Amino acid sequence: MEMYVLLGFVLLLSIFLGLELISKVPSTLHTPLMSGANAISGIALVGALMLSSAGQMQDILAFGAILFASINVFGGYLVTNRMLSMFKKK
Amino acid sequence: MENLANIQVIQNMIYIISSVMFILGIKMLGKEATAVKGNYLSALAMFFAVAITCLSLEIDIKIILAGVLLGGLIGSLIAIKVKMTAIPEMVALFNGFGGLATFLIAWSQFNEPDNSIFQHVLVMLTIYIGGITFSGSLIAYGKLSEKLKLGKGSIVTNVFISFFYLSMPAFIYVVIEPSIAGFVPQVPSYFSIFLVLTLMAGIGFVMPIGGGDMPVVISLLNSLSGIAAAFAGLLLLNNVLIVAGSLVGASGLILTIIMAKAMNRTITNILFVGYASSGQTASSEEQGEVKPITSDDAYLILENASSVLVVPGYGMAVAQAQHVVREMGELLEDNGTEVKYGIHPVAGRMPGHMNVLLAEANVSYDLLAEPEDVNPSMDTIDVAIVIGANDVVNPSATEEEGSPIYGMPIIEVHNAKTVFVLKRSMSSGFAGVQNPLFFRENTRMLFGDAKESIGQIVAEFKD
Repeated sequence: MEMYVLLGFVLLLSIFLGLELISKVPSTLHTPLMSGANAISGIALVGALMLSSAGQMQDILAFGAILFASINVFGGYLVTNRMLSMFKKK
Repeated sequence: MENLANIQVIQNMIYIISSVMFILGIKMLGKEATAVKGNYLSALAMFFAVAITCLSLEIDIKIILAGVLLGGLIGSLIAIKVKMTAIPEMVALFNGFGGLATFLIAWSQFNEPDNSIFQHVLVMLTIYIGGITFSGSLIAYGKLSEKLKLGKGSIVTNVFISFFYLSMPAFIYVVIEPSIAGFVPQVPSYFSIFLVLTLMAGIGFVMPIGGGDMPVVISLLNSLSGIAAAFAGLLLLNNVLIVAGSLVGASGLILTIIMAKAMNRTITNILFVGYASSGQTASSEEQGEVKPITSDDAYLILENASSVLVVPGYGMAVAQAQHVVREMGELLEDNGTEVKYGIHPVAGRMPGHMNVLLAEANVSYDLLAEPEDVNPSMDTIDVAIVIGANDVVNPSATEEEGSPIYGMPIIEVHNAKTVFVLKRSMSSGFAGVQNPLFFRENTRMLFGDAKESIGQIVAEFKD
């Protein structure tokens, strides 16, 4: 239980940190920021890798979670990079 | 045993390092000069976090390799192939997959024996948020790619909306189920019912929301996918999941707020009310006549203009006119005209939509200006060219108190000396509000496809 309280604290602090970090973003970067943040939410991949393997059902769930999180991670980072490389100042 | 403990210590240390990298990465992503590096840094953080997790695996390595390789291949292919005009729906799709992953993680955790009450609550919370993110994002994808035409008012939509409301008591039931198990008759397979209801709820959540409100919805779904990941982190006692998920949650929340502010509406109004029921009868009084113009005449006026402001909207994306717009801008500059682009934060279907399109067409980003930069000097602009934008240039927002969009910050093109409005027909904008701009003394309507109309102007310039 103590562990949860501690990690809950980390969660709250991170949200506040995030709000402070990104409060002033130029509108040019709204899409890349959203897409880049979207790629980060693929961190669920780490969670998927931590799942246990007990029986076929669990294996299917783990496979699905790994598959979809990987699409999110690879696709998210690549498309953000592609988008950012278009933003140029002449 | 000691060995295992050591591995856990190393893992947690690497998790902390990659958390710091995620924090720095997302900070750098918010500034033009460092954005590319920020994205690399966050990708590197992801790599470290994933690699170190692989030190202690329970799942068969074959399953992992198959999932990562297949997922990586699909994701990369979509990202490389996608057209820049299809970015909004693609972001929605990826976002949905992230939500689905957390949904499956929590489901798997539910199947574990000996969950504590607290874990049980977290499982349900993660399933609920992850599931709504998943199916909601799929609906957003369908709407943005125009494959799904159903909207507010149809019977199907209403059915799904009732699922959305039904899912709330269902959520409360599954959360308290272990504590009341002994007292009330059990609902058989309540968990499966809850899974289905959650997915239905996501559909009902997004389906009634119209296209013009999509920037808010996408930002919100983005935020939810982060929050779901953070809860999954709490469930699995993993700090990097918590930190990274919270950062995404926060950044999505900020974008949601920026978008809502740019429409001068509250988030609840956008999500649950919509424009139609804002109360007012939209039609304003006597409108007068519109003054159409041909592209020949438009060219003659532009040739003599010394400053031009281009205001693009969703219509530019639909007509795919961004390249020809850039070409016109360059020709005008060669002709000695000062050219600027006025970008409204909610123009288009996602935050920053117009910026991405113009960047794709190679428009330098220092030419792009926000409403508060262009409005004060609007009366010095000779020609404002509105390309497929409507509500974001509607003067009712500043002048007509009864209007549903009253109070929304707009680009005040009506104060420019001349306004060209490129439009297919006289239909009103997303908000369903008639636009008095079209009937102004200084407004000229250039009817037709934006790409063709501007193409003709460009051809005239070249002659």
